Amino acid sequence: MPVLLWTDAMIFLLLATVVAAALWIRKRPHLVLPWQRVAKGSVGMVSLLLLSLFVLVGLLDTMHYRAALPEKSNGQTVYSAEVLSVFDALAKGIKSRSEKTYSAPLSAYLYAKESMETSDGKILRDYPRLRYGGIHLADPQHELLGDVLKRTVIGALAGLLIAVLLIAVSNVLLHFFLKVRTVGSSTVPEINKDNWIATFTNAMKIKPCRALLITALLLAMLLGVTVNLAAVYHVMGTDKVGQDVLYLALKSIRTGLVIGTVTTLVMLPFALLLGIAAGYLRGWVDDVIQYLYTVLSSIPSVLLIAAAVLMMQVYIEMHPEWFDTSAARADLRLLFLCLILGVTSWTGLCRLLRGETLKLREMEYIQAAQAFGVSSSRILTRHIVPNVMHIVLIAVVMDFSSLVLAEAVLSYVGVGVDPSTMSFGTLINSARLEMGREPMVWWTLAAAFGFMLVLVLAANLFADAVRDAFDPRLNRTEAVA
Amino acid sequence: MKSDLSLNPLPGVLDESERAEFLLNVAGLVARLNNGVRIVDDISFSIKQGETFALLGESGCGKSMTALSLMRLLPDGIRVASGDIKLDEEDILALPEYAMRKVRGGQMAMIFQEPGLSLNPVMTVGDQIAEALKLHQKLRAEEIRPRCVELLEQVGISDAPRRANEYPFQLSGGMKQRVMIAMALAGQPKMLIADEPTTALDVTIQAQVLKLLRDTQQKTGMALLLITHDLGVVAQMAHQVGVMYAGQIIEQAPREQLFTRPAHPYTQKLFAALPDAGRSGQPLAAIPGNVPPLGASLSACRFAPRCDKAWSLCHDQAPEWTQLENGQGVRCHLYTAQMGSEKSNLKVSLSPEPSTASGEAAEEVGRDSSLLQVENLQVHFPIHKGILQRTVGHVKAVDGVSMNIPAGRTLALVGESGCGKTTVGKALLQLITPTAGSVRFAGHELIGISTRQLRKQRAGMQMIFQDPYASLNPKMRVAEILQEGMDALSIANNSDERQRRIDELLEQVGLEKASKWRYPHEFSGGQRQRIAIARVLAVNPNLLICDEPTSALDVSVQAQILNLLKSLQQQLGLSYLFISHNLAVVEYLAHEVYVMYLGRIVERGTVEEVLHAPKHPYTQALLSAVPRIDGQGMKTVRLAGETPSPSNPPQGCHFHTRCAHAMTECREVYPRETIITATHRVHCHLAAE
Repeated sequence: MPVLLWTDAMIFLLLATVVAAALWIRKRPHLVLPWQRVAKGSVGMVSLLLLSLFVLVGLLDTMHYRAALPEKSNGQTVYSAEVLSVFDALAKGIKSRSEKTYSAPLSAYLYAKESMETSDGKILRDYPRLRYGGIHLADPQHELLGDVLKRTVIGALAGLLIAVLLIAVSNVLLHFFLKVRTVGSSTVPEINKDNWIATFTNAMKIKPCRALLITALLLAMLLGVTVNLAAVYHVMGTDKVGQDVLYLALKSIRTGLVIGTVTTLVMLPFALLLGIAAGYLRGWVDDVIQYLYTVLSSIPSVLLIAAAVLMMQVYIEMHPEWFDTSAARADLRLLFLCLILGVTSWTGLCRLLRGETLKLREMEYIQAAQAFGVSSSRILTRHIVPNVMHIVLIAVVMDFSSLVLAEAVLSYVGVGVDPSTMSFGTLINSARLEMGREPMVWWTLAAAFGFMLVLVLAANLFADAVRDAFDPRLNRTEAVA
Repeated sequence: MKSDLSLNPLPGVLDESERAEFLLNVAGLVARLNNGVRIVDDISFSIKQGETFALLGESGCGKSMTALSLMRLLPDGIRVASGDIKLDEEDILALPEYAMRKVRGGQMAMIFQEPGLSLNPVMTVGDQIAEALKLHQKLRAEEIRPRCVELLEQVGISDAPRRANEYPFQLSGGMKQRVMIAMALAGQPKMLIADEPTTALDVTIQAQVLKLLRDTQQKTGMALLLITHDLGVVAQMAHQVGVMYAGQIIEQAPREQLFTRPAHPYTQKLFAALPDAGRSGQPLAAIPGNVPPLGASLSACRFAPRCDKAWSLCHDQAPEWTQLENGQGVRCHLYTAQMGSEKSNLKVSLSPEPSTASGEAAEEVGRDSSLLQVENLQVHFPIHKGILQRTVGHVKAVDGVSMNIPAGRTLALVGESGCGKTTVGKALLQLITPTAGSVRFAGHELIGISTRQLRKQRAGMQMIFQDPYASLNPKMRVAEILQEGMDALSIANNSDERQRRIDELLEQVGLEKASKWRYPHEFSGGQRQRIAIARVLAVNPNLLICDEPTSALDVSVQAQILNLLKSLQQQLGLSYLFISHNLAVVEYLAHEVYVMYLGRIVERGTVEEVLHAPKHPYTQALLSAVPRIDGQGMKTVRLAGETPSPSNPPQGCHFHTRCAHAMTECREVYPRETIITATHRVHCHLAAE
């Protein structure tokens, strides 16, 4: 039975908006132009590729369902109380292979010594073998390294092979696509219509294409290695209750993405409406809005968020009857966190938009419209909003990464997401206590750190590329030529 | 001005042996974009000591890039590809960067167009001059300050010791440009490059700055490279002139020869495109088309597509540089050997045939029917101060303006920047709410009526703005732009009718129908102004308020727009309120002229009365400050100082602080209106006597 959680709905709504916006932009050449500039930069494209991998994982993790239980009651199908996602189903292997407690990455033994009874009845205190990790090895101490190396090489080669095949197939598709296009318009003379290899070599002459190809091959090898190793090992070790850290980290991606995008969805109407209204209408409207955001931004945001989250928590706990699964409850908490973050973080963008609108309202085309007697609401929607959209776009992409980090901080402080929701913040929080151990349990933190770094770095680099592409000052020479 | 010229006799034709006496020699200079486009293409010229060489050209022709190449200050992405620049026998292009820093400011200095942007706002002007002094002069620490003050005095800044401690925002535009010149002079350069030094300034201030440049040149004997688009400035300043077009010098000649016998068709057209009273009845000789984009094909003459003398050779082969016998150089096939017989083209009459009466006949129609009547219009902006934002005073931007525009006539409102002429235009349209007064448009009072009633009147009166780049929404297509007014005022009934009307309008302003699906950024400045005109025509107005509609355009394009405005007036019987500071344009287009100073009309009358027999000293000064292409203005009346602030206008006659004829009476009482003829009125005590 498919389950649509609140945040799922939000994400699908956002996805639909993005697709609609893309289709709308496609028809307008002056809007397509900056995106073409983005496509010409290799850094932007490589980070986009990485980001889309994250988004893919996030989307798979967003399609929720409840599995039907095998036994039926009164002829009706009974569904499990546990809400699973498509991603859970795909990663069933690593999800189900729970160990007893901590184990290091790619280890065959538990992290803590235990008393074990040997076959001859003696009590021995040693590191016990894991239940799943490296179980196929007879003598892990001697075989482990060789096996890991062998699996790495095989995984890498397999990944590479699949990638090459995929690229070849997509290239053929691209070739036919171009062929269809050129038959129609015949504006692209350099495409050789008969030879798909020529299409490939032509594409490789473009720098971002080369960069994309290299990144894609490297990623494919990395994926191949990970998949091959994860089949029999815990690639990133296990946590306190023996869950695979790689699985937890992958599950955290969705939380990060939800926080980053749904918050923006909440924040945008506030920032856009209030900012433009303040800038265009001036007078008391401006005074009230300015007062509002000055007050809001002078309250320490963590305090404000903590207060709101605690209130919401109490409220949810008083109404347990609203939720038929625990996932739904955790999800509502995540949604409220997004709302609260959104309500507290619109001030920055609002200020920017107010300033830009103040500048725009003095432009002569606005005065020309006023001279025609065009109504204020129409001036706002037809003249002002389209001319501040570039700022909104840049701010949204820039805010994404800071919101992902904000979630981690809040969860660390303890006012973030539900403890049952996996997120980078909860991962870090759980690793915090174990940092003092000797030998140190470093892998949980390292996994959260690594994933977050790649995600935020990719988002930041992409934001940079987008900002540069939309900056008229950087692109003036191009416009002149 | 004539005396200046006699001190610097114009050089005649020079032999190769005499080349050594030139201070600056530029040969075959080429500057390219990184993608190979030639911004500056094979420029050669030489400047003597004490001489002024003017580079004349329209925007985008590469004149500023030439100057920046000389200073080796080209922006990223553009570099000097080949050529030879020698300053005093020193190869500028071969110098290492550290030696170049000594040359910049020390041997060659530069002043820029926008004085407000070229001074650092957080340093006092004295410190900024001292910075240049420290770099280029070996002065002891205690000598620097006196030298700064001395330099400021040299450029004519009164009270120099106090001014040296002030910040740029405390100075007016003209004073900032003087400070820039003082900074440039600090290193005692042999050559000064002035890049449009007066374009951002008012005519009276422009006259002051140009005089300062000439005087300084006489005293120091430095060479001056003057970059400008203004033929009038060239006429006043230059000894030698190079005309640039699309990256090339197409004609080079001593000033007098160029102004009497321009050789290249482009130069001839430029002169013909200048508006003045002599042509007010006939259309201007506009150059069709636009300046070619960078990177146009190099195989043909660049002017060929716009040239009416072009023949097949012009489209196939780029013309070589041809030296004529009289020292004039030109890049045109008309003068190459095989076309030697075509010398007749050299003669171009500068004074066109006197205007015919055809225009006059149309003007007589409807002279009495008054379309717009303005009585005592006032616009005061409150000045707020303090924590409670109390009103402590008013800026009297418009202070009692009355005017009367008959149907089908053009009324021009002239004055310097800040005199309130744009505010008048916006107040008439009710874009700014007037403080007091009465505006009656076609019999309806506009002040104090409700928004809904006002909307009914909106269609009758519309505005064309100054900057065609800011007056069109970059995110809307041309059709949407034109449709907006029709939608708002419900002009056409259905969308078919609207589309037909849009096609019709585009045709009327000389644009293709296909352009309605394009975005404004795909058009040039002149084309955008045409779109702006089509936009207001869409609602069938009777009165157009044109706020400096041509000041952002090049001369050749300006002529196109003026012709369009004129023919629209004849076809549709439109009235114009033409707001401008350009007296030549006013002379060409207007029937009546109102001169405005500090929010009040100081003189009004017909064009002939005001521009040929001005009574008010301010009008006289304005007229004499305008550089004329024949090199001679009227009796020179120089205005000292700058326009006072409208928040605190002087007691008595507002103009007495700058007036040469000011009497005690002027300082006490604002002069009443003196009627000179039925149409000519002036506010001045002198005329009253």
